[in-house]
Amino acid sequence: MKDTLKIADKTFTSRLFTGTGKFSNTRLMRESILASESELVTVALKRVDMDNESDDMLVHLKENHINLLPNTSGVRTAKEAVFAAQLAREALKTNWVKLEIHPDPKYLLPDPIETLKAAEELVKLGFVVMPYIHADPVLCKRLEEVGVQCVMPLGAPIGSNKGLKTNDFLEIIIEQSNVPVIVDAGIGAPSHAAFAMELGADAVLVNTAIAVSQNPVAMGKAFKMAVEAGRMAYNAKLAPVKKHAEASSPLTSFLN
Amino acid sequence: MKNTFRDTFDLYDWDTLEHDIYGFSEADVKNVLAKDKITLDDFKVLISPAATPFLEQMAQRSHELTKKRFGNTIQMYIPMYLSNECQNICTYCGFSMTNKIPRKTLSDAEILKEVAHIKSLGYDHILLVTGEANRTVGVSYLKHAIALVRNHFSNISIEVQPLDQEEYETLITEGLYAVLVYQETYHEATYKIHHPKGKKSNFNYRLDTPDRLGKAGIHKIGLGALFGLEDWRVDSFYTALHLKYLQKTYWKTKYSISFPRLRPHQGEVQPKVEMTDKDLVQLICAYRLLDEDVELSMSTRESETFRNHIIKLGITSISAESKTNPGGYAVEPQSLEQFEISDERSTDAIKEMIQSQGYEVVWKDWDRSYVNSF
Ligand code: SF4
Repeated sequence: MKDTLKIADKTFTSRLFTGTGKFSNTRLMRESILASESELVTVALKRVDMDNESDDMLVHLKENHINLLPNTSGVRTAKEAVFAAQLAREALKTNWVKLEIHPDPKYLLPDPIETLKAAEELVKLGFVVMPYIHADPVLCKRLEEVGVQCVMPLGAPIGSNKGLKTNDFLEIIIEQSNVPVIVDAGIGAPSHAAFAMELGADAVLVNTAIAVSQNPVAMGKAFKMAVEAGRMAYNAKLAPVKKHAEASSPLTSFLN
Repeated sequence: MKNTFRDTFDLYDWDTLEHDIYGFSEADVKNVLAKDKITLDDFKVLISPAATPFLEQMAQRSHELTKKRFGNTIQMYIPMYLSNECQNICTYCGFSMTNKIPRKTLSDAEILKEVAHIKSLGYDHILLVTGEANRTVGVSYLKHAIALVRNHFSNISIEVQPLDQEEYETLITEGLYAVLVYQETYHEATYKIHHPKGKKSNFNYRLDTPDRLGKAGIHKIGLGALFGLEDWRVDSFYTALHLKYLQKTYWKTKYSISFPRLRPHQGEVQPKVEMTDKDLVQLICAYRLLDEDVELSMSTRESETFRNHIIKLGITSISAESKTNPGGYAVEPQSLEQFEISDERSTDAIKEMIQSQGYEVVWKDWDRSYVNSF
């Protein structure tokens, strides 16, 4: 059986999602994304020239296997997010949206309350909603209930490259979730991505770590391999790490 | 009903599971026991015959985990049978329609007489039980019974015929806290053999009951299989699968598991598959290792010795002095029981037994003001 990932009506072979920000030029962006074999690429709505069919970035992403995922980065409220998503649907001809609401300009931390509100509204409007959130297990369940198609909890503050600082909570989210869990933000190295996959994440989203590396094309490929390795390890079921000690006073001797 | 456990259930096949469970090796068990987190696949290994030599190790860990999550406490509850009328045939039950026994349904006055007796023993958590006789003990009877007893108990559970979602919703507003509904067996063909007639013969309706409860927003659901009808290992895997599905779907609900083994009763069915004390300990520990939070409940079906030792092995609630006949406490002690109980010690004796092992006995663990103000 092929180990593919299904979100809404789309099936993905690659479990690595990438971004388009922070590359030094669009050509390099395109090459790294191709090397990563990513099939879902997030595009910041605020970066796209909506009125221009030959927007440089969009032109470079016109590949059959690449799906564009507009994000609402830059909005601060649910209302703004819904408006942005509707604009993106028009402009990019997709009902998929990565819902990002971060009123805090410094750490770009997601606002859980506005995100839940916007998610509910967008689902009603027929969007496939992929919310970027804190690694908050209860929020994930609440979002699932309003009908989002996946959850995207953060591993560490966006752009920090620190890896999975929210490990313990991601584990709970993965255990409880009925929708795919995509670890977003904080992944700074292929080993972090592999670790997320070993934990059982369904996919990871990586942008900065590829874009700002010395060699984004090689790094794109490295991430591809790491994600595959991590997924393979998860499927193969990791060997145990910790030994549990045997205690002395027996509890079951009455059975003999 | 759309999106129910049936969808998950259909992904599995009894024979394949049985084959898996009986095929594990010692090395598989060691691998699982070395892990921190136990998955459903690991649970399969822990309930396999290969895990029996590791029982002590499982017991130690179950003890630790239970202590970590529940502290040194054991909750007390008691069943109150409201009626032995039943329009079903279940081959293993004394109340089965074809059994020629005197039938009885408690009146208001009788219910209150039973309540007074039960209260004098100290209980605050009552489990109301009936057979399945919709005309006499349908939703309106249950609703009335709950309203009648709710001022006397903080926590009301029921173990009655499966109901529709709206019916559960009505009972929840009346103050119902938990519903226990056992699948009896997850083997569809065997299920049909033991439930040849009556509403209960509808396997799917029963299988979907916890979904209806979850949708109705119940606070707690009790699951279980009746051990003896089929291979307990496979049935327990399905129960665990059911549990995990429900936890994911109805995540605001609490869950408990019970472990009824077939007991002598009026009727003649003999267990098809025997479950020994050792097997039962293995299962209880396996559940605890799978899930640190699930409540594990022990009835008076089990023997004194067994119940004394099980306190430390992972269970979290226990009943005592139970009568399994309507009016059994104060109204009509001699009427026919659903099944014979095994541990006949008094509530006080059980309390002392629990305390002597360093555990606190908990009578009240819920307040109905959380649900409603009547
Ligand atoms: S198990 Fe329940 S439904 Fe079946 S005969 Fe007994 S009381 Fe009736």
